[in-house]
Amino acid sequence: MTALRVEGLYKVFGRRPEEAVARLRAGATADEVRATGATPAVIDASFAVQPGEIFVVMGLSGSGKSTLLRMLNGLLEPTAGSVFAGEEQITGLDDKRLREVRQRRMSMVFQHFALLPHRSVAENAGYALEVRGVDRRTRLAAAREALAMVGLEGEADRRPDELSGGMQQRVGLARALASEAEILLMDEAFSALDPLIRREMQDQLLDLQRRLGRTIVFITHDLNEAMRLGDRVAIMRSGRIVRTGTPEDILADPGDDYVARFLADVDRSRVYTAADVMTDADTVVHADDSPSAVLAALGVHGDTSALVVDDRGGLTGVVTEGDLRDAGRPGGAGTIAAHVRPPAARVAATDPLADLLGPVGTSDLPVVVVDDEGHPSGVVHPGAVLAALAGAPAEEADGRPAGVPVDAVPVDAVPAPERIDERPELAGGPRG
Amino acid sequence: MADGFLPRIPVGDGIDVAFDWLKEHLDPVFDAVSTVTEGAVETLTDGLLVLPPILFAVLLALLGVVARSLVFGIGSLLGLLLVQSMELWPQAMQTLALLLVATLVSVVIAVPVGIAAAKNDRVSSFVRPVLDFMQTMPAFVYLVPAVVLFGLGVVPGVVTTIIFALPPGVRLTELGIRQVDRETVEAGHAFGTPPGQILRGIELPLARPTIMAGINQVIMLGLSMAVIAGLIGADGLGKVVVTGISRLDVGLGFEGGLAVVILAIYLDRLTAAFGERGTRRRGLRVPFAGRRRRPPTPAAGVPADEAVPQH
Repeated sequence: MTALRVEGLYKVFGRRPEEAVARLRAGATADEVRATGATPAVIDASFAVQPGEIFVVMGLSGSGKSTLLRMLNGLLEPTAGSVFAGEEQITGLDDKRLREVRQRRMSMVFQHFALLPHRSVAENAGYALEVRGVDRRTRLAAAREALAMVGLEGEADRRPDELSGGMQQRVGLARALASEAEILLMDEAFSALDPLIRREMQDQLLDLQRRLGRTIVFITHDLNEAMRLGDRVAIMRSGRIVRTGTPEDILADPGDDYVARFLADVDRSRVYTAADVMTDADTVVHADDSPSAVLAALGVHGDTSALVVDDRGGLTGVVTEGDLRDAGRPGGAGTIAAHVRPPAARVAATDPLADLLGPVGTSDLPVVVVDDEGHPSGVVHPGAVLAALAGAPAEEADGRPAGVPVDAVPVDAVPAPERIDERPELAGGPRG
Repeated sequence: MADGFLPRIPVGDGIDVAFDWLKEHLDPVFDAVSTVTEGAVETLTDGLLVLPPILFAVLLALLGVVARSLVFGIGSLLGLLLVQSMELWPQAMQTLALLLVATLVSVVIAVPVGIAAAKNDRVSSFVRPVLDFMQTMPAFVYLVPAVVLFGLGVVPGVVTTIIFALPPGVRLTELGIRQVDRETVEAGHAFGTPPGQILRGIELPLARPTIMAGINQVIMLGLSMAVIAGLIGADGLGKVVVTGISRLDVGLGFEGGLAVVILAIYLDRLTAAFGERGTRRRGLRVPFAGRRRRPPTPAAGVPADEAVPQH
């Protein structure tokens, strides 16, 4: 079941809006309609938001994103189309039922906080409950709890105008959280804050979301913010949603020039994760393997280094082709144990690219992506990182299909090394 | 034929006829209004004169200390004692009573009309020219019809005062409500607040400083009209001034005028102090700390930082 569903939503301001919708449906452009005196703000918007998802609507000012948001809770009546919260259709509800929906199922956070200056912080935070008719003691207790969630437990008795902008918006967030509505609408909630505070608030929102799992529709004009917060992002232009997808999908395939131009400004190192740029570790060996066998395996895969795992498959380190050759006696007996070195870094698949830049740039050794049990799931090549930052999708980085088993190489070309692990199950593709 | 081109339209005759009709058909109504108003003003005057003048002056001064500052309280006390020593205290209280009744009626009319005008553009566009008319029509012109309808005395004084003083109350109420931060009102709607609760809990409190400024203006205009009402027999300081003029008694006229000024300054500063505290915690805080005028607090939130990052 979806938490929130929007079907064919239109909002046209100005003269004869229904007529304008009919013309738009028939294929007229927004400019043609505008010539008749109507102003289309939202054109044919459809999407569904899953429970617990952060759905970001991103667009420049005038793209219709705020109008779209206000149709979700009925602050604006759509010209055509419908909005469903769960199973309930929001569009067309009478005023009384609509107020109930807003009291219990949807809350909202505003760009300029919209707090009541004549009430204390706690009274502001408990506002939604007050409207619902909850008695004073219960609602102030709930308000304090919500304030504690956003780190403002000490400010409950102060006035909003005694707080900084960031703190005021935390009160706004607490007010929305205290209402216990499952759907949270956030209208440019962090746009009025300075960049450092904005970053802090984004982290806090993500943290709260991990704990509370609300369904959030977040409006922003800041693509970096959209990419950082969104599980999925919808990009709006002139009233239309031109692209919907996960941040990674959109970065990899903008879909059109308009979106692509936007993406030029995005900090890709924070959108892509290690999983997006890693390639399968083809050469995985054991510390007991002989140098010759490892060199042979490296030769087969065209790699310059191999991952060394222990008996349980956990990563112990890496060996490089250079080290083995320098040790002399290629093809000789013995093991590679003496040549095992720690990798440049062990990272998790979810780590952002930004955290990989240091190790990748300063070491010749591979950066290894490991899972929770310490098993290697792939390696990150510097080239793949640079390609991702430049905007090329991750899968080209490797230059050949992932996960080609060693068996596919003619066996007689090289002596098959002992105990070379084939670990196709470790192959990690791009996330999602 | 004024200039041989336009016919002479008998506007004045029409007004005369209309007033005659009103006088003839609605006389009981005017009588009732008259009785109620007169009763109210007289009762209030008696009430204001119950306490000995000096004690009452001290109490008024203390109110000034609480609402504003110690300096204001001392100034008020000196001014009020001067009124008493000029032997104009009873007249000052009569004027105050007339003023309070007129102000109360004005506020009771002005605030709802102002709210209606703020909520509805059609009401606003109807009300505005009416207010213009009321405000710019020379005040003396109201006196005669008021006397025709209500007879001589305090009642036509109250009625003309209301007509003259009402407009700023309506205008500033409308302005105050319209100026309330749109997003804050929207927040009320977004949390499902019913319209009545939005008005009481959000719009009126946030518009309070502006509405109080309007009431302050009502009082000031009312005071100036209350003096003019002395011309049609309303008791009070106006009558003192009129007597002074008719006897060419410069001293008496000046004394009456001075008492009006003292009353005006006291009421202006007092009501302004209540307006300034519009968004503040109610109650008495540190009355003797000699607080200065506070800068008005912004209606809501922080000024919008419109310099959004470019994309």
